[in-house]
Amino acid sequence: QEPQASGLPEYIKIVEVGPRDGLQNEKVIVPTDIKIELINQLSKTGLPAIEVTSFVSSKWVPQMADHKEVMKGIERHPGVQYPVLTPNLQGFHSAIAAGAAEVSVFGAASESFCKMNINCSIEESIERFEEVTKSARNMNIPVRGYVSCALGCPYEGNVVPDKVAEVSKRLYSMGCYEISLGDTIGVGTPGSMKKMLEAVMKEVPLSALAVHCHDTYGQALANILTAIQMGVAVVDSSVAGLGGCPYAKGATGNVATEDVIYMLNGLGINTGVNLCAVMEAGNFICTALNKKTNSKVAQASFSTGTI
Amino acid sequence: NVVPTPVKISLINMLSETGLQVIEATSFVSPKWVPQMADHTEVMQGINKLPGISYPVLTPNLKGFQAAVAAGAKEVSIFGAASEMFTKKNINCSIEESLERFDEVMKAAREASIPVRGYVSCVLGCPYEGKISAAKVAEVSKKMYSMGCYEISLGDTIGVGTPGSMKEMLTVVMKEVPVGALAVHCHDTYGQALANILVALQMGVSVVDASVAGLGGCPYAQGASGNVATEDLVYMLNGLGIHTGVDLQKLMDTGTFICNALNRKTNSKVSQASCRL
Repeated sequence: QEPQASGLPEYIKIVEVGPRDGLQNEKVIVPTDIKIELINQLSKTGLPAIEVTSFVSSKWVPQMADHKEVMKGIERHPGVQYPVLTPNLQGFHSAIAAGAAEVSVFGAASESFCKMNINCSIEESIERFEEVTKSARNMNIPVRGYVSCALGCPYEGNVVPDKVAEVSKRLYSMGCYEISLGDTIGVGTPGSMKKMLEAVMKEVPLSALAVHCHDTYGQALANILTAIQMGVAVVDSSVAGLGGCPYAKGATGNVATEDVIYMLNGLGINTGVNLCAVMEAGNFICTALNKKTNSKVAQASFSTGTI
Repeated sequence: NVVPTPVKISLINMLSETGLQVIEATSFVSPKWVPQMADHTEVMQGINKLPGISYPVLTPNLKGFQAAVAAGAKEVSIFGAASEMFTKKNINCSIEESLERFDEVMKAAREASIPVRGYVSCVLGCPYEGKISAAKVAEVSKKMYSMGCYEISLGDTIGVGTPGSMKEMLTVVMKEVPVGALAVHCHDTYGQALANILVALQMGVSVVDASVAGLGGCPYAQGASGNVATEDLVYMLNGLGIHTGVDLQKLMDTGTFICNALNRKTNSKVSQASCRL
């Protein structure tokens, strides 16, 4: 396969969000040592970035209550980033104290979603994030920005691409090195992905963009393909497709890292990630959670005895 | 589990109300080989045949063809493969021998003015041979097209294909068969189906096979999924602004019906997500 000939990126960075976004949306509270073991296994797969935990109040997100212990307990492999979520300045300081070297802030392209999620307007959330990015700049800590509801909102329905572009631009201008555009409820299709990216690419350089697709409607890989055809070279995914959708009971959420890598391998795109190693980590966490994997590649590989 | 005839008939009748223009009804194959399709004659005679909708049936050989026509079939399909080993294991002969069998069907179909659709299995990989060359797929497709098949459905039988291999295969096949006569039949065993279909569409293919509720697992990988779900496909095409004429809600209702009848969960993510439990 020759990705360059087809206009696709030669290399795609995979940002593994399973331990945070994935586990946060799993019903069962996962013991700290299991979280640490999962992250340690993922660190050996070649993944360049693993989102470890969230420095948010345990009152809101009980699953992430052990953020300090996890941060301190994991092995840090050279060449691997371990970003953590920091919704505000307090969380940021706590994260740094616990040894974090990269943080993320979570914005949204929908006022209703912002209100329901973090109880403030988009403008107020931006002000909060600016406090974080100011402190982060002083300490040379890179900040990644997320924009939720990029292709649709559980409350507002349709989301205008220009709004996504506006919020993305604000986050980028305040110092986020990368903007991850999230299809939070997985309603996007290659059609809406294309329109949204066209609008955002006018405001934020392509090299600073990532896509975070949910597979709730089975569209994730097709949406990711569309994004990479447009030159996006950073893709978020979750081992074993951990993390259901909190807005659609019983429905799936994150796209499975294994399935993304399978596709990228087939396209001849380099990711540096060992698919078998990811499947093993996926098998570990699914066994620990007593649940079936959401990865079709893992399912098929186990069935045919390839693993 | 063998599905009762009335359930099959209801399923097809419900599908006929969704706007779908082609519904593969049954297979005129020996019940010894495929017990599930033993009621082919009853199904063919029992369904409502709505005007404007085609109800093709599989006919592996002349005998099946004749039984199909006697039962009222107006369109038939033949199943070839791009893999010698798969053909051997599946229908116990070589590709060349299978094409000779099909030729008999083609001749009879031509005389009866019955259109024939050709399938080529294993176009992106074979459970026995592994990798399959695009040239072989093109060769078999060309033969079936030249024989008189009006359309060639290229099947990723074990779902191992990716947008990369799909593009490569189609590029080669399109040199031998006009894109207007091509269809893709993608399996979702590795979650790649919609991405593969998207690539095919981008290359000009405009006929796509799919299965309501993603019915049909993979016989080569126990517990793994098979066919791509029609609901998920239609959702994507709607989002792309591509017209299909299919009513997604009616389709989902049909999927719900058959899953209830089979006492199983749907394989369609769109259906799962839309379910308000």
